[in-house]
Amino acid sequence: MKFEGTVIKYGDNVDTDVIIPARYLNTIDKKELASHCMEDLDTTFTSRVKEGDIMVAGENFGCGSSREHAPIAIKESGISLVIAKSFARIFYRNSINIGLAIVECPEAAEAIEEGHIVEADLDNGILTDKTTGDSFKTAPFPEFIQNIIENGGLIESIRKGAVK
Amino acid sequence: MGMTMTQKILAAHAGLDKVEAGQLILANLDRVLGNDITSPVAIREFEKLGIDKVYDKDKVTMVMDHFAPNKDIKAATQCKMCRDFCGDKEITHFYDVGQMGIEHALLPEKGLVVSGDVVIGADSHTCTYGALGAFSTGVGSTDMACGMAIGKAWFKVPSAIKFELKGKLNPYVSGKDVILHIIGMIGVDGALYRSMEFTGEGVASLSISDRLTMTNMAIEAGAKNGIFEVDDQTLEYIAQHSDRKPVVYKADEDAVYDETYVIDLSEVKSTVAFPHLPGNTRTIDNVGDVKIDQVVIGSCTNGFYRDIEEAASILKGKKVAKNVRAIIIPATQDIYLKAMENGLLKIFIEAGCIVSTPTCGPCLGGHMGILAAGERAVSTTNRNFVGRMGHPTSEVYLASPAVAAASAITGRITDPKEVM
Repeated sequence: MKFEGTVIKYGDNVDTDVIIPARYLNTIDKKELASHCMEDLDTTFTSRVKEGDIMVAGENFGCGSSREHAPIAIKESGISLVIAKSFARIFYRNSINIGLAIVECPEAAEAIEEGHIVEADLDNGILTDKTTGDSFKTAPFPEFIQNIIENGGLIESIRKGAVK
Repeated sequence: MGMTMTQKILAAHAGLDKVEAGQLILANLDRVLGNDITSPVAIREFEKLGIDKVYDKDKVTMVMDHFAPNKDIKAATQCKMCRDFCGDKEITHFYDVGQMGIEHALLPEKGLVVSGDVVIGADSHTCTYGALGAFSTGVGSTDMACGMAIGKAWFKVPSAIKFELKGKLNPYVSGKDVILHIIGMIGVDGALYRSMEFTGEGVASLSISDRLTMTNMAIEAGAKNGIFEVDDQTLEYIAQHSDRKPVVYKADEDAVYDETYVIDLSEVKSTVAFPHLPGNTRTIDNVGDVKIDQVVIGSCTNGFYRDIEEAASILKGKKVAKNVRAIIIPATQDIYLKAMENGLLKIFIEAGCIVSTPTCGPCLGGHMGILAAGERAVSTTNRNFVGRMGHPTSEVYLASPAVAAASAITGRITDPKEVM
């Protein structure tokens, strides 16, 4: 998996209530959820995000509620990859299950700044900040999780009999 | 190397003699839970699988509690989607308005979780059932869909932090203060990916509702699950509520813990979490003068009978301060009924509170008590993130039922001892 995009950066403990406020959870429409993504933290997000952009954040990204609407809203808004210092565990598994690419890399999340262009080569575990030229190594996914991602998410894995 | 309580339950449900931290396993599920917000996404995913039955119609459980009674047409449509699905799949445990309560108070009360179970729920506070010695954890809707289909879920076996409790709580201090104290100490990601295991001689002095409150908020420290050692009180509670037989797992003597904290319950003070993180705690003697507009007493954290009873004992014969709205939400129909029979509803209404039908409502800014710009609430709920109870500039202060009730009387965050 390879991505390249412009960085939109946030801080620590970005919770799922600000990613998609509960007042919008009366729908499961992906586009409608995306239209309110990050609203309570950053009212400019939906107007400036472009297809393929990369979100970078600090510790404990996606903490709080288990709402899968949060990774769905991020993915549907056009974000191709989230890089964070660490992820809250339910958000982490939800992202894998729905096929939103996420990478834990404290060094990259610290160094990469808003507006930088980042290239991510997840097969080889390399993140490159093309604006500064710095690159960072990430840990590969465990085989079990790699399998889920390669099969196109958990639902597809079950459909194909890869998880039973 | 021995196993923790959590590891033993997971090993047994994966058909393995032994598991260790970091191992990826596929575990059998004793219960798969969803609510009116998360289930519609799960149903959409389930239908992609092209199968017509759930793995066990007695084990899949749906509770309409978040935006129910339906707050608007969209919420009504989501509840209808769940109702139709459960009707079609002949789901035994579908709880709609009239039978429903807040899910994590309802399931223990209905005897649907016993010690030794593995439970997943598409709601982050599913970790509550660890109070009964079960492994239970919050997941997303896709995990719920797959759980409904195959009765299994993948887990990375967690390592654990041990909390050894000793001593007894002081009057007006409860499980909520203990868990806020712990989150304040270790931080909102202090237990990330790990188990929080509560043991020690102090456990016996904690009521089941204190324990449910504590494991409920394990997620606010980032934990995968919280779990209490099973004792006579647990077994008595389960015998009263369930026909199922509990299976008791004790941690091995040589189980390895990442860290151990010893907590003397007699030293825990009333504790309040200031905006906008549950770990941003202060003891009651350090809160200063914080004026409030609203009080909420309820939720999956603190809507249990003992919570409602404690609030009533403080509000009895007193009045809610002018310009404060006090909202009391018993978590289930049974709790509501018991509160009515014991005269607690009368106490609340005479004090100037309202008493609502069970709902998650205001906790997540859904309905039944939304805050305007700049307003402040003291709430017995579990999260105080930006915009959680309404406008993004409103503020939520998390506290115990005793502190919330005392604050309703004075109109500022107040130590219960001051009004008693």
